[in-house]
Amino acid sequence: MRTSARAAAAIVAAAAVVLLAACSGSSAASTGASKKATTVGFIMVGSTDDAGYNEAVEDGAKAVEKDLGTSVKVITADNIPENDSVTQTMQAMANQGAKIIFATSYGYYKYALEFAKAHPDITVLHQGGFLDGTFPKNFGTYWGEAYDPVGLGGMAAGAVTKSDKLGFIYAFPIAQSIANIDAFELGAQKVNPNAQTYVVNTSNWCDPLKQKQAVTALLNQGVDVFSQHQDCQSTVIQAVKSAGKKIVGYHYDAKSLDPDGWLTGSAWKWAPVYEAIIKSVEGGTFTGSKYNANWTGTFADGNNPLQLASFGSSVPADVQSKILAEKDALSKPGSSIFEGPIYCQDGTVLVPAGKTATYADTNSFSCLVKGVVGTLPKS
Amino acid sequence: MNIVGETLATAIPGSVALLYPSLGELISERTGVTNLGTEGSMLSGALAGIAVTLATGNPVLGVLAAAVAGAACAAVHALAVVLRGANQLASGLVIWFLALGVTSVLGSPLNGKIVDPLPALRIPVLASIPGIGPALFDQNALVYAAYLLAPAIWLFLTYTRTGLALRATGERPAVVFAGGHNPTALRFSATTVGGALAGLGGAQLALGIVGNWANGMTNGYGFVAVAVVIFARWTPLGVVAGSYLFGVALALASVIQANGIGVNQYLLDSLPYAVTIIVLVLVSRFGRSNAPESQRDALSETV
Repeated sequence: MRTSARAAAAIVAAAAVVLLAACSGSSAASTGASKKATTVGFIMVGSTDDAGYNEAVEDGAKAVEKDLGTSVKVITADNIPENDSVTQTMQAMANQGAKIIFATSYGYYKYALEFAKAHPDITVLHQGGFLDGTFPKNFGTYWGEAYDPVGLGGMAAGAVTKSDKLGFIYAFPIAQSIANIDAFELGAQKVNPNAQTYVVNTSNWCDPLKQKQAVTALLNQGVDVFSQHQDCQSTVIQAVKSAGKKIVGYHYDAKSLDPDGWLTGSAWKWAPVYEAIIKSVEGGTFTGSKYNANWTGTFADGNNPLQLASFGSSVPADVQSKILAEKDALSKPGSSIFEGPIYCQDGTVLVPAGKTATYADTNSFSCLVKGVVGTLPKS
Repeated sequence: MNIVGETLATAIPGSVALLYPSLGELISERTGVTNLGTEGSMLSGALAGIAVTLATGNPVLGVLAAAVAGAACAAVHALAVVLRGANQLASGLVIWFLALGVTSVLGSPLNGKIVDPLPALRIPVLASIPGIGPALFDQNALVYAAYLLAPAIWLFLTYTRTGLALRATGERPAVVFAGGHNPTALRFSATTVGGALAGLGGAQLALGIVGNWANGMTNGYGFVAVAVVIFARWTPLGVVAGSYLFGVALALASVIQANGIGVNQYLLDSLPYAVTIIVLVLVSRFGRSNAPESQRDALSETV
């Protein structure tokens, strides 16, 4: 009995320490509180220093704090897993007076939607989700046409490759990733009809060991330009760097990690979207607005939150100008990298000739295009 | 390189990251102490390895720091379990939670910072063996150390007096005590050394393979190490086989996909676990068949 009492005491003590650690980790950084300030919460799945998806969100939150000054109070929570923890975090933010909550990870979707339904007085935004149905008055999703900048990155990859073999490391076969892989290959084909994209998934948004193994396996296939759809970029960039190969980044401009190997990439710039949404809520115009729906920023509207990242030194000037010209072309209303005819690997039509896929169409993409090597897992 | 060599080259670094904590857990369990905090020791080792290497620019110091950090976690477990008689499972899990939380906080500023991974040292002649040569003998120093460590631990446990006392502690501590040894000291040191090895596993992951830190980057491999020891029926040879087998199956998922072969992703993900368990259960009849006796007593103790 003495033993069990000790064990129980040990568990309680350790749990207290873990809680403390977790609290300081999910730093409730708050500044500029005034009586009328709107409290805005941001929830992130990973670390705010991942040189990737979450750091881009953190940068956006910081910009909101700076730009909107004393009219907002920003609270952030990082390293929140995609389970009930996110509901608890949203509740904790609500208890702190949050009126707007940005749930920024793909897997938060159902928790964010449920929370919005249960809390009509709090506006909940989900980053990257897609609601096929009626929106609650206080819920919205937002994203960017990621595949267009990803396609531009594919052009850089296709132009620079010597082996005509590109590698793409993704996590799960979700619609976003499928669209990105397809766009990457289509972009490469625009400048290099022989370019093929080899795909490997890791079943995890950030497992460095599996990322490294994916790079090694692709190197053995002769792949010499890599890209990825992972939350943390460092491992893949570094593995590509040690092999002396090239990388097209995603989520965040990480050129500084490998200035020679970095071709270009796509980088999130969230602040303008966050600020527009916050202002619409503050002004009482959110309900029924474009943000109370599946909002998507595009090149054509000049508001794509996913921007083309800077070019590295390995991209020749003529390739750069080709890519920028294509970016202008994609900026015309109604245009997209997914301009038919586009065929799946098995030859079936993904986008018919004369048609251009819309954002909604891409959310039901379920095949890899011709030129991609590898298969999509069936769930 | 052929596909076997390719798979091995991809697999071996990861296998070694698993072999260290498995060998550590083996030593610990043979004295009767199960350490579920192995995952925590790995995480601490990974973080300490990267932090010290970033601070000093010297990866050797990083590796040493990893061993110390891993040992420190295990020493806390040993303190609770060996000296104070706490429940082994509870204490191990607490150590894991603690390490996960603390490394996330301390490691947060290190996310996205990179160091050069430990260099591959090509061994002349051996590395030219066709097929498997480059896979086995063009690796970093931690991999080579692991090649030597496994037989060394087997020799130590099987043929030395201390090894005998250690094993006996796992069976009948009272007899060991009567024989003039101190079972408490043996358990404490075995657990701590086991933690140091788990820390080295973390170093292999963070410094040897990827060259950066990411929160929770061990993704459960420390628990796999504990499972490997149990399914290997507490034999060094089984632990070695289990670690390499798991590593190969893990790497196969990437290699198969990179070769454009279509296999269900979720099947691929379960492959390492399924293969390791099935093979180790099949071969278990050749090894010892029971857990160390005093460990069974310790684990069946009710809280």
